[in-house]
Amino acid sequence: MSDDAALGWLGVPLAVVAGAIRVSTPFILVSLGECLTERSGRINLGLEGTLVLGAMTGYGVSYLSGSPWLGVLAAGTAGALFGLLHGWLCSLRRVNDIALGIALMLLGTGLAFFLGKALIQPTAPRLPTIPMGGWLGNEQLASALAISPLFLLGLGLAPLLAWGLRSTRAGLRLRTVGESADAARALGLSVDGWRIGATACGGFLAGIGGSYMSLVYPGSWNEGLSSGQGLMAVALVIFARWQPVRCVWAGLLFGGTSALGPALQSVGVTGGYYLFNAAPYVLTLGIMILTSSPHRTLAGMPLELTRIR
Amino acid sequence: MSEAVISDWPAAKETGHPPVVELFKVTKRFGSFTALENVSLCLKPGTLHALLGENGAGKSTLVKALLGYHVADSGSVMVGGHEVAMTHPTVAHGLGIGMVYQHFTLVPNLTVAENLVLSRDELPVVIDWAAERRRLVEFMATMPFAIDLDRPVAALAAGEKQKVEILKQLYLGRKVIVLDEPTSVLTQQEADEVLSLIRARVVAGQLSVLMISHKFREITAYADEVTILRKGQWVGSGKVADMTTKQMADLMMGGGTTVAAADRREGPPGEVRLRLESLRADDDVGVPAVDRVSLEVRAGEILGIAGVSGNGQKELVEVLAGQRRATSGVIRVDELPYTPTRTAMRRAGVHILPEEPLRNACVGSMSVAANLAFRDFDRAPLVKAGWFVSWKAITARARSLIERYGIRTTGPDAPIASLSGGNVQRAVLAREVDGTARVLIVANPCFGLDFGAVAQVRRRIMEARNGGAAVLLVSEDLDELLQLSDRLAVMADGALVHHTTPAATTPAELGKYMAGHP
Repeated sequence: MSDDAALGWLGVPLAVVAGAIRVSTPFILVSLGECLTERSGRINLGLEGTLVLGAMTGYGVSYLSGSPWLGVLAAGTAGALFGLLHGWLCSLRRVNDIALGIALMLLGTGLAFFLGKALIQPTAPRLPTIPMGGWLGNEQLASALAISPLFLLGLGLAPLLAWGLRSTRAGLRLRTVGESADAARALGLSVDGWRIGATACGGFLAGIGGSYMSLVYPGSWNEGLSSGQGLMAVALVIFARWQPVRCVWAGLLFGGTSALGPALQSVGVTGGYYLFNAAPYVLTLGIMILTSSPHRTLAGMPLELTRIR
Repeated sequence: MSEAVISDWPAAKETGHPPVVELFKVTKRFGSFTALENVSLCLKPGTLHALLGENGAGKSTLVKALLGYHVADSGSVMVGGHEVAMTHPTVAHGLGIGMVYQHFTLVPNLTVAENLVLSRDELPVVIDWAAERRRLVEFMATMPFAIDLDRPVAALAAGEKQKVEILKQLYLGRKVIVLDEPTSVLTQQEADEVLSLIRARVVAGQLSVLMISHKFREITAYADEVTILRKGQWVGSGKVADMTTKQMADLMMGGGTTVAAADRREGPPGEVRLRLESLRADDDVGVPAVDRVSLEVRAGEILGIAGVSGNGQKELVEVLAGQRRATSGVIRVDELPYTPTRTAMRRAGVHILPEEPLRNACVGSMSVAANLAFRDFDRAPLVKAGWFVSWKAITARARSLIERYGIRTTGPDAPIASLSGGNVQRAVLAREVDGTARVLIVANPCFGLDFGAVAQVRRRIMEARNGGAAVLLVSEDLDELLQLSDRLAVMADGALVHHTTPAATTPAELGKYMAGHP
């Protein structure tokens, strides 16, 4: 923080950009996963639990095995299993997506805190970052531009998902299931099967998003690790109108505004610190209000989501 | 050219004729209810076979047995002389048999192109959209009507959706197509267009068609043979050329029970009840859909609005129903500015029978009785002591309406979504027309209804007019408009482009204005 101060006011935009990159990764990964799940006509509100569980699993496996990449994989697998559980339970008759999601959110965090109690003290190997700013010859700029491979994963995954949804058989069928279960059945598709699969994939990405938090930034495991990133990511999907590439922009915007408060504090603007911390939420609300209209339907919303009981 | 395109498709690669399709002594029961009993039908190759019958006569059950949606309790399905176990629609698809449903099976938020490609039986893992598009454009060029491939299906009007459904079957290269009332949402011109196209393929021996229909005009003009069902039983079949319309109607109805058309009570219309001044509205995506519509409807007259679906009629009715906001213009009822709120509707006596009533005028999971009480559940006599809703009174009133309007339901407590389309229409009609309608707005009231129900619905509308109501009838059925209207207007591209009277015009003339080429 004192380094930022040395740059003076220039440090503010730098901190915002660095924050956008650093803070946004879990938002991007979780919202991409949720985007996939919601395009199949399901809502998984339990991703906050999946995220925390992923963070714990990733940290634990990295600590035990010594390989942070194995930790990332384990976090994804744990997330996928949790997604599978959500998907399967939702396929039972009279089970409500929303209520079940909240239950699994609490179960996931509870489970992570319980199993992760022993992991608060030890230090696990962290995931390396890719230094991209070394050529600038400025230490602060260089550290701001040390980019995690997981960020690049999210960045690359978004256009890939967008393309996949548009131009692959699986993508077209997934959207059919999400838009009209009746039409999907008429085509002989298993609606529940597709939704369970999509929820598991969503859980996988959310688990990886969690491992980013324990293995990259902030890069440790404790019970206060997540401040609702998983839940916020679900809202970002609506904000992004169910478009993967827009999920990335939404995540970056959210991450950038999140860094505003700390950045201003570091240059001596301490008044309204908590207010600045609320900036991302205010911004999201503002954009939602500006882009919505009571006279038009919410463009892009998978129609089956309106039928959730 | 059409051959070159069609032959890309596996199902059409064998250039032979469609197979003979036979249903032999098919019986199907649902619990204790026998929907079909010993019904046989033979669909000869290269023929257009009409299937005629009232609602509940078993037509849908029969075609569903043919398509593998229902497995018959006894009897058999034979394709090309071989008995086939029709256990699943994919079995039928594999044999080149497809169906167009009365309820659309398109995915609303996907584009027309995506819907067509999606339905292909073997879809590649990665879709080459450039190639698919090229093929679709070539295919569309061989079709007599154009549909914008890039529009989402949700933005299409009912008639356009029906066209896409039929296009889809042709695109898939089906040899045998079952059509469930294919023209009920089309204008006469569109219907002729579609049926001529199908007919040409049938005559060329490329296609066999089994068509459920209620329109004798279309059956006599396009069908080779007809099979008639009544109450789950076969009652007759033969060559259409050998039968008269009267014979077919008698077999279908079992003689006698037709509802007579209501007479038009002559006399000058009364004062202006409904007046629209330069009304404009946008559609769901914000594109102008209703363009400066001005009209007036007097007490005791029916103003018919003709138009091809998708020309702003839906949005106009939604504005009048309070479902959509006008961007500018004024609605007046009894010459006073009118905003469609519940209070204003009640005070002015504005009642609406919208299209797709189950979606627009009902809550599907609520009971028939509750749906019948939507207008006045909060008023005496359905409310006791000022605020206490009396279910006893609601149920009793529902029973009487069910009785008087012939609504077929298992009882007033049945969810209204469990009723057939015709009976939902009857229920909404009972609620809207019964009592005190001073202004009645009706949109496509007979879409998907059978012969008997159509006559009854039209009779009620005419009775409302004779009783002094001002009726605005928006319809895509020219016969209906010419039969019921006192005056007619044609809507094209959101605007009223032509005003006339039924006596002074012909379907052909109306069709020209509807198509935008006067």
